Amino acid sequence: MEKREVILSTGGLGKYFYDPVKFKVLDDISFEAYKGEFLTLVGKSGSGKSTLLYCLSTMDTAYEGELFIAGEKITGKKTNELSALRNKSIGFIFQFHYLLPEFSCLKNVMLPALKLGKYSYKEVEERAYNKLEVLGIKDQALKPASKLSGGQQQRVSIARALINDPAIIMCDEPTGNLDSKNTQIVFNIFKQIAHDFGQTIIAVTHDNDFAAASDRTIELADGKIISHDKVFDEQNP
Amino acid sequence: MKHNTNVDIAFTHIITRKKQTLVAALGVTLGVGVYLFMNSLSSGFSSFSRDEIFKNSAHIKIYKDEELSKPISSDSSRISVILNPQITTLSKKIINPEALLANVKKQPYVTSAIAQVSFDAFYNRGKAQIKGSGNGVNMTEYDAMFNTGKYMVAGSINALPGNLNGIIIGSGIAEKLSLGLNDNITITSAFGVVKVMKIVGIFTTGNSMNDQQKSYVNISTAQQFVKEGPSFVSTIFVNTPSADKSEKYVSLLQQLTPYTVEDWKTTNADVMSGDKTRSTLMNSISYAILIVAAFGIYNILSSTITQKINDIAILKATGFAGKDVIRIFLLEAIIMGLIGTLMGLVIGSILIGIMSKIYMGGPVGYFPISFETRLFARSFILGLFITFCAGYFPARKAAKVDPVEIFRK
Ligand SMILES: Nc1ncnc2c1ncn2[C@@H]1O[C@H](COP(=O)(O)OP(=O)(O)OP(=O)(O)O)[C@@H](O)[C@H]1O
Ligand SMILES: [Mg+2]
Repeated sequence: MEKREVILSTGGLGKYFYDPVKFKVLDDISFEAYKGEFLTLVGKSGSGKSTLLYCLSTMDTAYEGELFIAGEKITGKKTNELSALRNKSIGFIFQFHYLLPEFSCLKNVMLPALKLGKYSYKEVEERAYNKLEVLGIKDQALKPASKLSGGQQQRVSIARALINDPAIIMCDEPTGNLDSKNTQIVFNIFKQIAHDFGQTIIAVTHDNDFAAASDRTIELADGKIISHDKVFDEQNP
Repeated sequence: MKHNTNVDIAFTHIITRKKQTLVAALGVTLGVGVYLFMNSLSSGFSSFSRDEIFKNSAHIKIYKDEELSKPISSDSSRISVILNPQITTLSKKIINPEALLANVKKQPYVTSAIAQVSFDAFYNRGKAQIKGSGNGVNMTEYDAMFNTGKYMVAGSINALPGNLNGIIIGSGIAEKLSLGLNDNITITSAFGVVKVMKIVGIFTTGNSMNDQQKSYVNISTAQQFVKEGPSFVSTIFVNTPSADKSEKYVSLLQQLTPYTVEDWKTTNADVMSGDKTRSTLMNSISYAILIVAAFGIYNILSSTITQKINDIAILKATGFAGKDVIRIFLLEAIIMGLIGTLMGLVIGSILIGIMSKIYMGGPVGYFPISFETRLFARSFILGLFITFCAGYFPARKAAKVDPVEIFRK
């Protein structure tokens, strides 16, 4: 088995909720995600998948243990640093496609890149068109985000997650609202991103087929990892 | 110019929520408009009443006040005996006035200083008699200080200097005695001196006290009325560069002379306190209205933020920091405030314009209100300041939104 570059890792990550009663929602989570890996997180409802993903995304900082991204310790960083890190290195896709309704699809995709400030406005616009084209919704680019169908909105939000070419893309049930055809499209895109562009995908899913087709699946139960399905892409069909 | 994403987002919010923007802006418009209007009213009225005061008050006057008799002994170790205290001043004469006047004029902060000889006068025509006050002045200097020429309705102030038999009287006196220009008038002073004088001018200041009592003659004539020699002066009037800082100049002048040095604020304390009461009242009302306007902005921004909580969560998730969120919403508040403030200045101007066309009659004439740049600037700054404050708290609340909490819902 070849040695692969670790992009994200956790060490003894744990988290409590105190309301209504204190209970441990995540317990000693330690795992590594590799560059170019398409990783899925599965588990029963309430097992702590979303909670874990929010900790990994750096949005939730109230946990114990440690989080490393690209070899850098993230735990304990200031919120401003975390914002900048999310902007540059993490793309997030939500279950409920959350777009900014007043902005056009194009602008929605462009905003994180404009915030990053690496490219000129024109270049960002061009890149956003490209991403929308890859996802097959270039023709919707100038419509307000609120005027699109659920599946279209989901694809816009994927384009937004990809705009800054982040090292890691995190998704919470990205296909939960999609029909099988669109699920297949999204799946193929993820696979391509991971394998062709070397970006890492960490996706929470309930879809067993989706999980089975990913590179590796981590299963959670009651806040603990119960299986590290270490299957690498060379063994995939 | 570098493309600013925060500005972009703020403008998009503003444009897509025109109605809320307008409502918030209208609140500010009302506040700023009323603030500007009320302060212009107050300021117009104050400067009117100040002008009234300066028609016959200088910034500072120097005169000899009445003195009370002192205790026979002021030494505290001995027994003090007070015998029937009463006014002991024999004459209200300033000793050696020329030297004092020259000394006062030499002071760098004195813009002008003139001497005056006042006397109690009775204006007679046949059996009719009016009591009043005569003022012996150098009319050219006096006019430079009090602008008397502006109020002349007949004759001219230039006819007085050199004409020892000439007199300028108030229009009230002329009416009551039915006298006109170039008529003769008999003046009797409290010292029993009687002179027949020729009216060379008539003035109307709009102040009935002045118009029905005052008259001007040459200094030497006035000295004859009080039976005094050419060095007699009863009052020295002093003008300074700034009427507002008169207290400072009073204490400086007081070092030059033992006589009473009094500024216009002391002389007109009653008018001043009335002015102050009015402007305090107006100020409090206008500030209260501004605060209400600020609450309008606060409310609208707070509700915008509640409605936009998802958007805020997305922005934060995609890498916008708390300070970006503050900037976005603060900028929205300031845009609303700017629109509202500018409209408020327009509304205020219209109200001022209307008010200045209203004729009040009498000495006031048109309502004393004018466009004062100072007040426009102050209203503008205050309008923006209150929107900034009212916008800051909701914006800070927005910056504290925890995206995880929103996404979990
Ligand atoms: N804010 C909260 N306060 C208290 N408990 C919470 C909070 N959010 C989640 N929980 C609890 O934590 C546990 C894990 O929740 P989480 O959302 O991570 O589950 P999940 O694995 O994503 O489930 P699903 O598949 O249904 O989305 C659940 O038991 C849930 O009730
Ligand atoms: Mg979940």
